[in-house]
Amino acid sequence: MTAYEKVKIARDQQRPTASAYIGQLLHEVTLLHGDRNFGDDDAILGGIGLLGDTPVTFIGIERGTDLESRIRCNFGAPRPEGYRKALRLMKQAEKFHRPVICLVDTSGAHCGADAEERGQGQAIAENLMEMMGLKTPVISVIIGEGGSGGALGLAVADRIYMLENAVYSVISPEGCASILFKEQGAEAEAAECLHLTAQDNKKLRVAEDVIPEDFKHFHAMCLSLRERLLGDIALLSAQSVETLLNNRYARFRRLGIYEGGKGRSI
Amino acid sequence: MSEFNIADLFRKPANQLEPGGVPRKPADDREQCPRCKQYFPRKRLEKNNRVCPSCGHHMSLSARRRLEAVCAVGSFSELFSDITARDFLNFPGYEEKLKKARDGSGENEGVICGTGIIGGVRCALFAMESAFMMGSMGAAVGERITRTFEYATVNRLPVVGFTASGGARMQEGIISLMQMAKISGAIQRHGEAGGFYLAILTHPTTGGVTASFAMLGDIIIAEPKALVGFAGKRVIEHTTKSKLAADFQTAEFVLKHGFLDAIVERKQLGDVIGRLLKQHTTEKKI
Repeated sequence: MTAYEKVKIARDQQRPTASAYIGQLLHEVTLLHGDRNFGDDDAILGGIGLLGDTPVTFIGIERGTDLESRIRCNFGAPRPEGYRKALRLMKQAEKFHRPVICLVDTSGAHCGADAEERGQGQAIAENLMEMMGLKTPVISVIIGEGGSGGALGLAVADRIYMLENAVYSVISPEGCASILFKEQGAEAEAAECLHLTAQDNKKLRVAEDVIPEDFKHFHAMCLSLRERLLGDIALLSAQSVETLLNNRYARFRRLGIYEGGKGRSI
Repeated sequence: MSEFNIADLFRKPANQLEPGGVPRKPADDREQCPRCKQYFPRKRLEKNNRVCPSCGHHMSLSARRRLEAVCAVGSFSELFSDITARDFLNFPGYEEKLKKARDGSGENEGVICGTGIIGGVRCALFAMESAFMMGSMGAAVGERITRTFEYATVNRLPVVGFTASGGARMQEGIISLMQMAKISGAIQRHGEAGGFYLAILTHPTTGGVTASFAMLGDIIIAEPKALVGFAGKRVIEHTTKSKLAADFQTAEFVLKHGFLDAIVERKQLGDVIGRLLKQHTTEKKI
């Protein structure tokens, strides 16, 4: 399968969205709304639920499942208040020592005048910094599209998993094609060049692992994902906060390929 | 190849439209202000730190000139300059672009880092070079800035950073996106240790740089009229099929919406930075 075919599968409207995973992974779910500042962004689903017997905070980017809900969820493109709502719930999770599970599925943060006016860049930036210091385990699963900064805003985590046909990229293949290749139909080439598949991301150590997809047996697939998450939570919760945060920083710290810089001068 | 013509050896191409031609040197060493269209001797512009003497427009200033302009004479000492980009994805055209950027800017990467003294206070510094692939952020830029914050944390120094960037460097794929998280983490640790970070946003500061370290300063200052935004204005206009105001995403617009502490003219930057650094210097803190 080509990289661009995977992009199309990752965007397939028939694919389960965040709400489907939340329904299967968790029980006793309470949805929590609002950023306590400006509004409530339906592109971000957040709340508390039980993962097995463990209370967790979940945050998912929801694309919607029919035309009406897709419009309401802004097709899974969060606005600044969505990122701030996510951060509010993460801080709440930190206070009560609840692990955080993020489900990422977005073509990117909302692109609009309103988002700029309310500080889209600042909202994402704050999430990156605060998530790096969040004193509770964070696990992110990219279930469909991981679109650039809009995805990263929920993916500064101790573990990052990607579904088999999920993609994670700095820019959409279409955007890359129009800027760099300047010709029609170059999306497929761009997708290849960007190394955006789950398998590529694992190779580049951006993702810990690739999760096999089996939507025909979605319940069973989610049960297995739940076991994996519970296993990780057990391991991460056993660590001291200091170790947890040092490991999280080190996890991102090593992501860089460049010339020179041996013999670090610090 | 066209037929060899001995006459070509004795005649210079008249203009750059002619094959093999080179741009003709301007009649004198003058440069036009892009805003008021007036011409000024280049030397006079340089002396004015490339602020138009007539209309006050802040023209682009190289990273090295910027650092020279704010640091005490001879106090800047560069760090991490051996860290440079690698084309690890074999991205089409990347090697050529890097070469062009190096030749065009005279720098080997899109950011210059080091230490210097401003207003009598020693600090760690970084300045992005917009002439180097639009100041785009790849792994080398990310590593240099991360190390600057780590160096500042260990040596208990404040950080002054000048941003100028089109965003993440897409030729490095997902690894360029990861630099946003990496740098934000280094800032978080510097901040935890009590360090002061002053971000100065210059034209243009966009995309992944806005969505990470540009917006994470304890104090965020911008130069007048600098473009500061996340999504591109044209992209927004295209997506939403609407026309945006002329001042959209200018520093003044961003200040009005509450995301900047102040707008400071270039000629006052050195004083303001020095003052703020001094006011953040105590025995206990970094």
